[in-house]
Amino acid sequence: MRTLRLLSSAPPTALFGMTVIALYALVVILAPWIAPHGQTEIVGLEFEPWGGDYVLGTDNLGRDMLSRMIYGIRNSVTIALLTTLLSFALGSVLGLLAATLGGWIDQVLSRLVDVLMAIPAILFALLLLTITGTGIAQMIAIIAVLEATRVFRLTRATAMNVSVMDFVEAARLRGEGTGWIIRREILPNITSPLIAEFGLRFCFVFLAISALSFLGLGIQPPTADLGAMVRDNAALITFGDMVPLLPAAAIALLTIAVNFVVDWMLHRASGLKS
Amino acid sequence: MSPIVRMILGRLALGLLSLVLVSLVIFMAVELLPGDIAQEVLGQSATPETVAAFRAELGLDQAAPIRYVHWLGGVLTGDLGNSLATGRDIGSMIVDRFGKTLFLAGYAAAISVPLAVTLGILAALYRNSIFDRIVNVATLSSISFPEYFVAYILILLLSINTPVFPSIADFGRDPSLGDMLYRTFLPAMTLVLVVTAHMMRMTRASIINLMAQPYIEMARLKGVGPARVILRHALPNALAPIINVVALNLAYLITGVVIVEVVFVYPGLGQLMVDSVAKRDITVVQGCCLVFAGIYILLNLLADVLSIATNPQLLHRK
Repeated sequence: MRTLRLLSSAPPTALFGMTVIALYALVVILAPWIAPHGQTEIVGLEFEPWGGDYVLGTDNLGRDMLSRMIYGIRNSVTIALLTTLLSFALGSVLGLLAATLGGWIDQVLSRLVDVLMAIPAILFALLLLTITGTGIAQMIAIIAVLEATRVFRLTRATAMNVSVMDFVEAARLRGEGTGWIIRREILPNITSPLIAEFGLRFCFVFLAISALSFLGLGIQPPTADLGAMVRDNAALITFGDMVPLLPAAAIALLTIAVNFVVDWMLHRASGLKS
Repeated sequence: MSPIVRMILGRLALGLLSLVLVSLVIFMAVELLPGDIAQEVLGQSATPETVAAFRAELGLDQAAPIRYVHWLGGVLTGDLGNSLATGRDIGSMIVDRFGKTLFLAGYAAAISVPLAVTLGILAALYRNSIFDRIVNVATLSSISFPEYFVAYILILLLSINTPVFPSIADFGRDPSLGDMLYRTFLPAMTLVLVVTAHMMRMTRASIINLMAQPYIEMARLKGVGPARVILRHALPNALAPIINVVALNLAYLITGVVIVEVVFVYPGLGQLMVDSVAKRDITVVQGCCLVFAGIYILLNLLADVLSIATNPQLLHRK
């Protein structure tokens, strides 16, 4: 009942966002059942036009474009989600520890993050990828660590504000342990900014991964990936064909949807009703 | 010494420190390379003697701190070493391409900065109007677009469906300025579209934040006219946040250039960097990274200094 009332108060942009996110979630879960062909299966000639046997035509190697799109969404979204979760696990735990423990732990972690953030993330990712070589596991690890620095900053700042409050002080004087204070006193008070941040971070990670894949340095073929699909079929654009834009549009649509929802959540959290 | 000069000197020292730290991080990244650079470059069939000779040539037989000092000394005199893949001097490879990248970024900045700041101020002043809402949805959408999506849409619309601008941004020999501006119009436009949205939203947010301050309310209650409130009271204090927003986005422009250069086959520094990553040419990547990171830090430093120098509270201190 409360959820329903909350939903009916949401602006149309947020409703649109939630619908799109739900649709993507369905595609991710049901990909093997709704895709007409396999992601690496060669079904016809190269660059067959859309309509006819293949709804969106075939790609540069003769694979069904629609199936590649469906699997591409599944692969890209899953990898981005995994990376975001990793960066949150790392960044928020360290941020909470730095805020509650303070002292030298806070100093060391904060200065380390300062140095890491002094280099733009995409450049740092390129430098590290040169060293480790390209691969999905390396990419996930690198982006997760780089994004964790941003999560750390936010978690530390919000947790700091809470940890100086009287009720936290009271808990400390009661003799509660650090773990208890973090879980029961601080965490419940910083969940809403963290959830909004999760949405924003997911967008950044999703865009970063697809950018690296577009550059040929991320998810490697033959695994279907939205960024790499744009690159592979870019030649078609010269013929005025829109198909190569579809994977890019799929990326844009999901990030817009997430941004709309996050925007609404931040608006609600800030207490502004207009 | 006036407090402003002292603060600016402090920032400069801090900026220098971060430059040194960043160079250290970039240098150390290579130290962490699994295996041996010499072995990697020469291949499996190299004899131990050739590997040893090559290591001596690269200076790898010395301890890491000594090499760092040597490398940093080289960087300061413009000597970035040689490419592992081609053996060419990195300094001369970078200089020409860096100029091209700066041209593209400068072109985009010259259009996007005035555009974004004006739109941002208007959206803040007419907050919650239809104009504000449309701009809000439009910018939120364009932030979500990958750079290459914007780039290909522009190519499709302006280069293929109606062939007005070239889709490949390559200068011939000795191009005139007009020719260069024409040929790089689409990549510059892509950057403008991506960066303006960010910059506009941030400008809007900082102006709204400012207009909610008590002294603005005080000025209004005193009966000061709206134009005077904005020009005399709000604008001097808004300068610092706006300068910061602009610098942050110019720094973003420098990194956003990487993708755009690849799409338009523009022979800039970003393209060189991406090619070198694929070839695992670590010394070139290191050089590019250092140049980009240096610019990034300098821009942030400049913003810091400018916002201190224009801060009314510091300027009019009794």
